[in-house]
Amino acid sequence: MNTATFSLATLAPAMPEIVLAILVCVLLIVDAWLKPSERHISYWLAIVVLVGTAVLAATTLGRPTVVTFQGLFVADLMSQLLKVATLLTVAATLMLGRSYLEARGLLSGEFLCLAIFGTLGMMVMISAQHFLTLYLGLELMALSQYAIVALQRDSARATEAGMKYFVLGALSSGLLLYGMSMIYGATGSLELTRVAYAIEHGQSHAMLGVFGLVFVVAGIAFKLGAAPFHMWIPDVYHGAATPATLLVGGAPKIAAFAFIMRLLANGLQGMSGDWQQMLVVLAVASMAVGNIVAIAQTNLKRMLAYSTISHMGFLLLGILAATNSGYSSAMFYMLVYVLMTLGSFGMILLLSRAGFEAEDIDDFRGLNDKSKWYAFVMLVIMFSLTGLPPTAGFFAKLAVLEAALEAGYTWLVVVAVLLSVVGAFYYLRIVRLMYMEAPGGEITIEPRAETRWILSAIAVVTLALGVMPSWLMDLCVRAITASM
Amino acid sequence: MPGMPILSLTIWVPIAFGVAVLAIGRDASPAPARWTALAGSVLGFLVCIPLWTGFQPVATMQFTEMAPWIARFNVNYHLGVDGIAMPLILLNSLMTVLVVIAHWEVITDKVSQYLAAFLIMSGLINGVFAALDAILFYVFFEAMLIPMFLIIGVWGGPNRVYAAVKFFLYTLLGSLLMLAAFIYLYNATNGSFEILDFHRLQIPMTAQVLIFLAMFMSFAVKVPMWPVHTWLPDAHVEAPTGGSVILAAITLKIGGYGFLRFNLPIAPDAAHLLDGFMITLSLVAVVYIGLVALVQADMKKLIAYSSISHMGFVTLGFFIFNADGLLGGMMQMVSHGFISAAMFLCVGVLYDRVHSRSIADYGGVANRMPVFAAFFVLFAMANSGLPGTSGFIGEFLVILGTLKVSFWYAFLAATTLIFGAAYTLWMVKRVIYGEVANEQVAALQDVDRRELVFLVLLAVAVMAMGIYPKPLADAMNPTLLELLRHVMQSKVAG
Repeated sequence: MNTATFSLATLAPAMPEIVLAILVCVLLIVDAWLKPSERHISYWLAIVVLVGTAVLAATTLGRPTVVTFQGLFVADLMSQLLKVATLLTVAATLMLGRSYLEARGLLSGEFLCLAIFGTLGMMVMISAQHFLTLYLGLELMALSQYAIVALQRDSARATEAGMKYFVLGALSSGLLLYGMSMIYGATGSLELTRVAYAIEHGQSHAMLGVFGLVFVVAGIAFKLGAAPFHMWIPDVYHGAATPATLLVGGAPKIAAFAFIMRLLANGLQGMSGDWQQMLVVLAVASMAVGNIVAIAQTNLKRMLAYSTISHMGFLLLGILAATNSGYSSAMFYMLVYVLMTLGSFGMILLLSRAGFEAEDIDDFRGLNDKSKWYAFVMLVIMFSLTGLPPTAGFFAKLAVLEAALEAGYTWLVVVAVLLSVVGAFYYLRIVRLMYMEAPGGEITIEPRAETRWILSAIAVVTLALGVMPSWLMDLCVRAITASM
Repeated sequence: MPGMPILSLTIWVPIAFGVAVLAIGRDASPAPARWTALAGSVLGFLVCIPLWTGFQPVATMQFTEMAPWIARFNVNYHLGVDGIAMPLILLNSLMTVLVVIAHWEVITDKVSQYLAAFLIMSGLINGVFAALDAILFYVFFEAMLIPMFLIIGVWGGPNRVYAAVKFFLYTLLGSLLMLAAFIYLYNATNGSFEILDFHRLQIPMTAQVLIFLAMFMSFAVKVPMWPVHTWLPDAHVEAPTGGSVILAAITLKIGGYGFLRFNLPIAPDAAHLLDGFMITLSLVAVVYIGLVALVQADMKKLIAYSSISHMGFVTLGFFIFNADGLLGGMMQMVSHGFISAAMFLCVGVLYDRVHSRSIADYGGVANRMPVFAAFFVLFAMANSGLPGTSGFIGEFLVILGTLKVSFWYAFLAATTLIFGAAYTLWMVKRVIYGEVANEQVAALQDVDRRELVFLVLLAVAVMAMGIYPKPLADAMNPTLLELLRHVMQSKVAG
C-alpha cells in the first residue's frame, strides 16, 4: 500500500500492546529453559512484564486522542486509563493467586503466558475502533481464558467449566459476528465512526440495523454476564480454580465495559432509542436474578457469581441512560466493581491452603476471632458491594442511580433500590458469620506477604474512595468526554 | 472560640479516638483501650460545649463550615446547626460518655472493638445532625448502621443475630428510598444537594407526596412508628445495655430529626395532606403500644414499647402544625433521651447482677438496694410524666397543642398519662417493692461508685429539665417558629 507514509511514529499509540506482545514471547522462551523448581522466576517476570507495561501505558495518560492503522485502533484517555487498570488488575490477580497456584501445581509458564495473552486481547478490545479489531481482541482474550479455566486437567469440575465456557462463549461470539455483519450490511462500514456517521445521517438501512443490533446486544450481554444470558457465570466461577475465576471475573469486565462503550456509545449512539429498551430488560432481569438467586447459595464463589450478575445489571443502568454522565458513572462503577472482585476472591485465596478451598460461606465463620484486620477487610468489601457509605461502592451506586434518574427512568431506580436491599441480605450474611459466630473449623491465613499487602491495600483504597471519590469520578468524566 | 471548626471536631474527635482504641486495643489487657475511650468520649463532649455557650437563639444555621467535596455532583462538606440539631448533638455526646462508663466491668469480650464501635458511631451521629448537604447526611446516616449492626450482633443477647439483621434491613430499605428522593431533588434543583436549597424548592403535589412517602419510610422506621416498629423490641432486648441506651436515646431521635429537617420543610403540602395519616399512626403508637407495654414480662421489652409510645407523642406533636406541638415534640425527644437511657441503664444494673430481664425474677429489690431503688423510682416517675421531671414538659405541651386541633386527639393522647403510669409503676411495684422474692435478690449489692456516676448525672438532667426548661426552649423556639412559618406556606408551584 502507501508505504511512503509509514513511519515508526504511527506505531506509537499502540506501544503498550506491542511491548506486551514482545515481552510475553520472551517470557514464553525463557520459561522453556527454566526447571520446575525455578518457576518463581517466570512468575516474577510475568509480574514485571505486566507492571512495566502498566507504567508504560500510564506515561501515555493525557495524550490527545490518536486514531491509527487506518481507523482500526484508537488511543484516547478512556483506553489509556482502562489499559492501566486492566494491567494492574491482572498483575494483582497473579500475585493474589500465587500460593494457591503453587500449592496445586498450576503455576506453570502456560498459565502465566495465557493470562498475559488474554490481557493483550483485552487491551486490543479497549482500543478498538473497528468491528474487526474488536472481534480480534475479544477472541484473543476469550480463547486464552477458555484454556486457563480448563488448565486444571485433573479436576472434573474445572474441565466441565471450561467446556461450558467454551461452548457458550463460541455461541455468543457467533451471535456477535452475525449482528456485526448485519450492521455492516445496513451501514456499509466496519469502522465504528463511519457506522455512527451513516446512522446519524440516515444512510443506513434502519430495519436491518435494528436486527443486527439485537444480536450485538445479545452478544454483549453474554460477555458481560447479564441475565438472561448469564447461565455460564455461576458454573465457570464455581468450577474454575479460584485464581482462574478471578482472571475471568476481574480484568475482562473492564474490557467488556470498553467493548460496550465502543459498540453502543461510539458506534451505535444513533440507535440508542432501540438499545436502551433492550438494556432496560437486561438490567432489571440481571438485578432480579442475581440478587434473588444469590440468597440461596452456600458456596461463596457461586454467591459472588450471582452478585456479579446483579452488579452488571446495576452497571447497565448507567449505560442505558445513554448520556455522558451515565457512561462515566458506569465506568466508575466498573472500576470499583473490579476492585471489589479482586478483594472478595482475594479473601478466598487468603483463607485457602493446600488441599483446602475456603470457598464455602461457612469457611468465614468466626474470622474476627482469628484475625481482626482481615475480618475488617472483608467487612469493607462486603459493605462496598452492598453500596453502603463510607465505601467506594456507595458512590458507584449513587452515580449510576443519578444518571438513570436524570435520564427519566424513575421507576427503574426504585426497582434497583428495592433489589439492592435484597442484595444486602446475602452480603450481610458473610459479615454476620465473621463477627457473630464462633469459628467452625481451623482458619489459616495465607502467610505470603504480597497477598496480604494487596488485600490490605484494596480495603484502604475502598475506604479512601468512599471518602474521597472525587478524583476518580472526575477522571472518568474526562475520559468519557474525550472519547465521545 | 471563634474560627474553630467546632462541628468538625464534634464529629471527628470521637471517630479518631475510636480508631485509636482499635489500634491500641488488646484482648488480653483492655485497660488502655478503656481509658482511651473514656478520654475520647469526655473530650468529645467537651468540644460540644461551645455549641451551647456560643449558640445564638435565632433561626439561622450557626457554626457553619463549608468545603467542596465531590465536585462532579456539587456535593459539599457543609455543616451547621440550628435550634433543632444543637441539643441533639449535646445529648448524643453526653450519652457516649455514659455508655463508656457503663460498659466498664460489664463488657469483657472484644472490649476495644466494642468501644471503638460506640465512639465511631457517636461521631457519625453528630455528623447526621450537623450535615447540611443531603449526601453528607446520607453518608453519616448509613455509615452509622455498620457499628450499630455489629454492636447488636456481637455483644447482644441470645437472639442477637436475628435482631441485628432485622434492624439492618429495615433501616436500609427506608434509607435507600430516601436516597432516590434526594437524587430526584438534586435534578429538580438543577444540581444541588444542599438541604436548604431543597427547602426553597417549589415542587408539584404528586412529587411532594412521593418524596414525603420515600422519606417517611426512612424516618418512620427510625422513630419507629407503628406499624414499622417491630425491629425495635427485638433489637433493644438483644442489644447490650450500651447499645440499648444509644438506640433509645439517640438513633430514635434521628427519625424525629429527619421529619423536621426533611419531610416538613421539603414537602409541606404533602405533610398537610397526609397529616391525618400521620396523626393516626402516632395515636396508634401512643395508645395501642402503651397497652402492649402493659403486658410485657421482660423489663427491656417493656421499656422498648414505652419508647415507641413516647415517640408517638413526638410525631403527633410535629404533625398538628402548631408551636406548642413542635416545641413539645422536641422537648419530648430530648427528655426521652435522658429517661430511656436511664431506664435501660437501671435494667442493666439489675441484669449485671442477676442475669435476668424478666420481671418475675425480681421483687423487693428496694430491701437490698435502697439507693438504686430511689433512682429507679425517680426515672420511672419521669417516664410516666410526673410534673417536675422532664417527662412532663413534652407530653404536656403536645397535649396542649393537640387540644387546639381536636378534643378527641387530645383525649386519646392523654390516655398515655394513665397507661404510661400504669405500665411503669406496675413494673416498679413488682420489681422494687414487696418481699424479697428469691435468693438472688437477697444477695444483691447496692450500686457502686461507677454506677452512681451515671445515675446521678441522668437524675440531675431529668430534674433540671423538668424544673427549669426555659434555656432549652429558648434555644429551640426561634428555629421551630421559623419552621412552622415555612411549613404553613404552600410550595406547589402556582
